[in-house]
Order: sequence, then structure tokens, then C-alpha cells
Amino acid sequence: MDNMTLIAVASIATAGFATSVGCIAPALGEGRAVATALTALAQQPDASATITRTLFVGLAMIESTAIYCFVVSMILIFANPFWKHVIAGAAEAVAK
Amino acid sequence: MRLSPDQLIFWQHGFITLNATIVFTWGLMLVLAVGAKLITRKLTTEHKRSRWQNLLEIVVTGIANQIGEVGLKNPKKYLSFLGTLFLFVAAAALATVIPGYEPPTASLSTTVALALCVFAAVPLFGIGERGIGGYLKSYVEPTFIMLPFNLISEVSRTLALAVRLFGNMMSGATIIAILLTITPFVFPIVMTLLGLLTGMVQAYIFSILAAVYIAAATRKHKPSAKAEPVPAA
Repeated sequence: MDNMTLIAVASIATAGFATSVGCIAPALGEGRAVATALTALAQQPDASATITRTLFVGLAMIESTAIYCFVVSMILIFANPFWKHVIAGAAEAVAK
Repeated sequence: MRLSPDQLIFWQHGFITLNATIVFTWGLMLVLAVGAKLITRKLTTEHKRSRWQNLLEIVVTGIANQIGEVGLKNPKKYLSFLGTLFLFVAAAALATVIPGYEPPTASLSTTVALALCVFAAVPLFGIGERGIGGYLKSYVEPTFIMLPFNLISEVSRTLALAVRLFGNMMSGATIIAILLTITPFVFPIVMTLLGLLTGMVQAYIFSILAAVYIAAATRKHKPSAKAEPVPAA
């Protein structure tokens, strides 16, 4: 496999892998967080405003790890510097 | 495929470019500032007031209550900064209903700028509340070894603020763009609704996290309670 193919295969495979693996753990964490919040709500409905607000803040913090993986995948697919470098080299070779 | 509104350039002269991010940010600033000015021209405390004044009162007192619940003692002091953060990010998300509009927060430049504002505001408010010595001392709490970790956490949570907002807004815009090429009729509308919801949640999260960071920086620590001497019987 020459350089170009290798870089393309690695980028595509890593992009898919990053998002798929990186969404497993945050989903599990958010499920646990919501379950515990529902238990707390059932026990103390008066504190529902505080519990709901804290739940949302916690969910956003957990979600951000999934967002990091998503951003890495997007960079690999759309703004990949190695691919740009290789494409620029191939264009030069064709132009000569 | 365009990843961010930075790449849609309206006008360019030398190294000055007017891209979609800047133009839409200016539009939002115009709408928010002019709208606020028009509504607050005739403020009244009478029983009969205009519905726009009512709306603004609901918004302002709601934000002040939230800031107070986070633990900041004097919400009015931080209301302008935190309220502006919330209103700007929320307006940027809500304006997605206008066709042809892309939220400027879908560009990393805008979100990093907002996160840097929070990064600068936290020490400013902390020093204003506790003085320079008191604020700097908070970095070596609870022990001196925590100093590098506290510094790193300052930088990383600012970065997390920026990337969280950017990722959420960019993913919403990207999914709508992709769906428009696949199933152009009903499904993109559903995804736009989801994008509106996540945009409002992210606006709330951004301002609440900024409030939490400021509260952590301005919290005055009570002196540790010493055991009362037992009166000699």
C-alpha cells in the first residue's frame, strides 16, 4: 500500500472507531446519572428544581467527552492535515 | 462540505475578510441591542405595562434567580456578564429558524472567544471579591502540591467550555446539512427542532458553568472552627 492509501484507510477507520467507542461510555454514564436523579426526585419532589438543574449540568459535562470524540472524527474526515499534505504532493506530481 | 460558517466569505479586501460568522454575529448584536433599547425606552412600575417589558422582566429576574441559586451572593453584580453570555448563545441558537442563517457559535473562533471571556472574568471577579492575595491563595488550596493541578484545571475547563459549545452547535448544523441531501422533506425539520432544543440547553449550560466557576473563585472560606475550650468544671 502506498502512502496515500495508507493515510486514507487509517483516517477513515480511526474516524469511525473514535465515534463508535467514544459514545459508549458517556451513554452509560448518562444513563446512571438520570436513573439516580429519578430516584432522588421520587424521594424528594420538593427539590425538583435543584435536582433537575444539577442533572442537566452533569449531563452536559458527561456529554462533552462524547463531543470530543465527535470533533476528532470530524477533523479526521473533513480537515485532515495529513490528507491535505498528501493530496498537495499528488497534485504537484501530476502537474509536473 | 463546509464545516463552519468561517468558510463562507461575503467580502474580502487584503487580509480583512467578512465571513458568515462575523456578519451573523453583528446581526445578532444589532437585534439584541436595538431590541433592548426599544423596549426599555419607557420603563414603568405601574400596574399596566407593555408586554415586552414584562417579557424582559421575566428573563432578567429568571437569570438573577438562577445566579443566586448557584451560590453567588450578589446576583446583580454578575447579571450583566452572565446574562449576556446566556442571551447571546440562546439567540444564536434560536435564530436558526431563519432560513439561510447559520449559528456563529458553530465556528470554533466564536466559542473560543466566549470561553476566553469567561477565563478572564473568573480572576477579575475573584480579585474583586477577595483581593489579589486571597484569590492567589486559592490556587494553593488545599495543599501546595495542588498548584499545578489547579492551574491545569483552569485551562482545561476553559477549553472544555469552548469545545462543548462548538461541538454541539456544529453537529446540529452538520446533521441538518447532510440530511438535506438525503431526505429533504420532513426529517431535516425534526432535526432542526432537536438542534433548537440542544442549543437552548447548551446556552443554559454555558452560563451556569461560568456562574459556577465564578462562584468557586469568589467564595470566601470560613475560618476553620476551632474546638471550644471546655470550661473548667
